[in-house]
Amino acid sequence: MIELKQLTKIFDGGKTALTAVDDVNLSIADGEIFGIIGYSGAGKSTLIRILNGLEKPTSGTVDINGQKITDIKGAKLRKARQKVSMIFQHFNLLWSRTVQENIEFPLEIAGVPKARREAKVKELVELVGLAGREQAYPSQLSGGQKQRVGIARALANDPEVLLCDEATSALDPETTDAILDLLVDINKRLGLTIVLITHEMHVIRKICHRVAVMQGGKVVELGDVLEIFQTPKQEITKRFVAQVTESEDSSETIKHLRELYPSGELVKLIFVGEQAEQPILTALIRQHPVEVNIVQGKISHTQRGAYGTLILQLKGTDAEIRQALQFLDQENVQAEVMAND
Amino acid sequence: MIESLFPNVEWDKMWEATLETLYMTAMSTLFTFVIGLVLGIILFLTAPKQLWANKIVNWLTGVFVNVFRSIPFIILIILLIPFTSFLIGTIRGPNAALPALIIGAAPFYARLVLIAFQEIDKGVVEAARSMGATTWTIIRKVLLPESKPALISGITVTSIALVGYTAMAGVIGAGGLGTLAFLDGFQRSRPDVVLMATILILIIVFIIQFIGDAWTRRADKR
Repeated sequence: MIELKQLTKIFDGGKTALTAVDDVNLSIADGEIFGIIGYSGAGKSTLIRILNGLEKPTSGTVDINGQKITDIKGAKLRKARQKVSMIFQHFNLLWSRTVQENIEFPLEIAGVPKARREAKVKELVELVGLAGREQAYPSQLSGGQKQRVGIARALANDPEVLLCDEATSALDPETTDAILDLLVDINKRLGLTIVLITHEMHVIRKICHRVAVMQGGKVVELGDVLEIFQTPKQEITKRFVAQVTESEDSSETIKHLRELYPSGELVKLIFVGEQAEQPILTALIRQHPVEVNIVQGKISHTQRGAYGTLILQLKGTDAEIRQALQFLDQENVQAEVMAND
Repeated sequence: MIESLFPNVEWDKMWEATLETLYMTAMSTLFTFVIGLVLGIILFLTAPKQLWANKIVNWLTGVFVNVFRSIPFIILIILLIPFTSFLIGTIRGPNAALPALIIGAAPFYARLVLIAFQEIDKGVVEAARSMGATTWTIIRKVLLPESKPALISGITVTSIALVGYTAMAGVIGAGGLGTLAFLDGFQRSRPDVVLMATILILIIVFIIQFIGDAWTRRADKR
């Protein structure tokens, strides 16, 4: 369990002071994948660095499993860091060491004897899917493979918390998904708490349980990922959500769809959680004499269930359409008729 | 054939002088490497925002390095005469040349070490810190191995400069090929002795360069 209380970090640059983190209070549960999203300069990098003591906060405390990280220093802090490990955007591997030696590095720091180091490396290489590449140098690996080494290295001392600093931002979309899958796998298998920072809503959607949105050093919105996707409150959150839901709500798009489908009614359905898995359309078509034409749709899966939108063209008499809408309402599907203008 | 081209060369003297030059170069390179490395580490780690950030130590080391790097070598030898005679007991011979050679070259190498460390990705040091590494571990297992090619090519350049310095020191009696070329060659008007000494110095330089390049390439896994 990670507890952040009234955390503030001010960088004093002589004449100008910059408040990077501004009174942040968060509580992250054991085994949770917690995401922090924000644009660059929002303070998320500073925040994650306070969690393992790479930065000292100006005020406030961080408590990880009963230990106040913000109060300890020297040998005690170094010992604590072995249980709060970190992976990086640019992997930060030692180019002078092989894959095996890179993974051994944190074990050497922890003073683990050679034989046990080798056994541990074997196990980790297996876990991250790099078996057979132990003797390669980082320069011989692809970006995704480098991050796998980074993850193996971070897991070497059996940490309780894994901090991910934009861990997929330097990777292509396909590799990003593979690395995210690996993180979920590790989270489930080892029960590891993961705190990640990113500027990509895709990452949040795909693996996080809860998310905090940061802006100007403050946490402006916090909640379950599914809930944030359904009902984003802040303007900035809406923009992040739009990153993955595309621009289907913009008036331009609606106008364009109206031109393409001039007859009948255009209806937008919003599915959340369980409904997304129910055969509601089948029921609608069987029980009502309306013609249903799918215009546009998208269902996304998050760690907390699916959500999605579907735009339908309904054709029939006014009464038939009204009844169809009533049916959807009974099924607890949010349905709205898209305005004509 | 060779005898007729170099009629005045006394080969056993030439060989002895070559060994003296090699001795001076090797010893001064060794000490320059160690002292330069220590100075370079201090310069790097006491800089602002570094692990040992300390304005005063950084400034003092910087001044020391810059001053001794700027004094022309021939003047440095003369300035160091009292120091040398106190330390070695004499101001003649290969050992007497060592203090000036080392004090002249170590600050130069310290700069090269600093540059080598500055080229290391900051993220790698941060990663080591995030794993709970001590500063000593970071020096030993991150800074030194990650800058190894630059450290080797740097000591190669420094070592070659030292060969030149030994010849200069030779003029005021340090021994080696420099002394031989100056006293036996130049002052007694025997150009063949000067030429032979030059050829031998060139061979030494080429060998150092060759070994240094090969070693640098082998160390570089990037």
